[in-house]
Amino acid sequence: MVARSRPLSPHLQIYRPQLTSVLSITHRLSGVALTLGTLLLVYWLVAVAAGPQAYEAATGFIGSWFGRLLLFGWSLALFYHLCNGIRHLFWDMGIGLDLPSVYRSGYAVLAGSVALTLASWIAGYGVMGGN
Amino acid sequence: MVEFALPKNSRVSDGKTWPAPAGARNVRRFRIYRWNPDDEANPRLDTYEVDLDACGPMVLDALIKIKNEIDPTLTFRRSCREGVCGSCAMNIDGTNSLACTKFIDEIKGDVKIYPLPHMPVVKDLVPDLNQAYAQYAVIEPWLKTTTPAPARERRQSPEDRARLDGLWECILCFCCTTSCPSYWWNGERYLGPAILLQAYRWLADSRDEAAGERLDALEDPFRLYRCHTILNCTRTCPKGLNPAKAIAEIKKLMIARRV
Repeated sequence: MVARSRPLSPHLQIYRPQLTSVLSITHRLSGVALTLGTLLLVYWLVAVAAGPQAYEAATGFIGSWFGRLLLFGWSLALFYHLCNGIRHLFWDMGIGLDLPSVYRSGYAVLAGSVALTLASWIAGYGVMGGN
Repeated sequence: MVEFALPKNSRVSDGKTWPAPAGARNVRRFRIYRWNPDDEANPRLDTYEVDLDACGPMVLDALIKIKNEIDPTLTFRRSCREGVCGSCAMNIDGTNSLACTKFIDEIKGDVKIYPLPHMPVVKDLVPDLNQAYAQYAVIEPWLKTTTPAPARERRQSPEDRARLDGLWECILCFCCTTSCPSYWWNGERYLGPAILLQAYRWLADSRDEAAGERLDALEDPFRLYRCHTILNCTRTCPKGLNPAKAIAEIKKLMIARRV
């Protein structure tokens, strides 16, 4: 009898998403988002160097509703990555690794990153007058 | 390597349904992963309707009832039925646990049961654990000493003995290791949480004299450092242990010996 090759048991397809794994993959995805967002920053800097017309086009795009949506996502990714990064620093010191602490700090990171994002946008609109 | 989709031969289709006996009033559906090496078919998900009024409280009770009364071909490992042997580790209701210590009551809706995730399947709920056991051998899980043996046993203070609490209780069921996405993608080179907890069990032992050698063996981009502190391991351990904490302690030892 020819031995059949063994199937691989299901993994990602069946494993229940949990705060632990979801925040972890979000950390990585927000890191990727930040890298991509840096391209937007580079585009803006290049436009600054290229002269008034290019700068006009860049600020026009970034100031559009779509550009602001990108900026909002970028700032959320930034604050999430920052807060969760601090969480990781504590873990690297061996602090807060018991399950209740992991859940508390996880929810704190979620609340903190949303609060910081909203606060900076409210401050931004307050200072800039919505422009 | 990261592969999100299952290989072709591993995709799961819907299987047979085994209806509850007439007159059963408290019926629960158990949807169980089946794969038989002796036929040509892909894995499938069979549905068994079990009368909970005539069944013990644990998931293992239901599995044994199914095997005894409904379908004797259902294959799974079990032994102690009290959470000390680790044989009946499987994925129940989306997380890994021991069938013998998991209450059916804890689960809402259909009870879905799969083998431990991302492992080669021998048959039905029986995973091939050879790789994990080989990785256990890699960390040389025994007391290593260089000083001559004393006339009687090597003594240990109660405080030093207490440092092994939370480590010695591990039953090597591999619930944690197979819950770890990092182990899913890099299991051939990353040792995984269960084995690293064992590695720390020997590093933390005051009688062991091979700490440097043990750390050398772990100083590797994959063996230890594929742990990204996802913490699925600690979340799922049926014994309530904390592999993530043990791994963090190993990483701290790595840094401590460099400064």
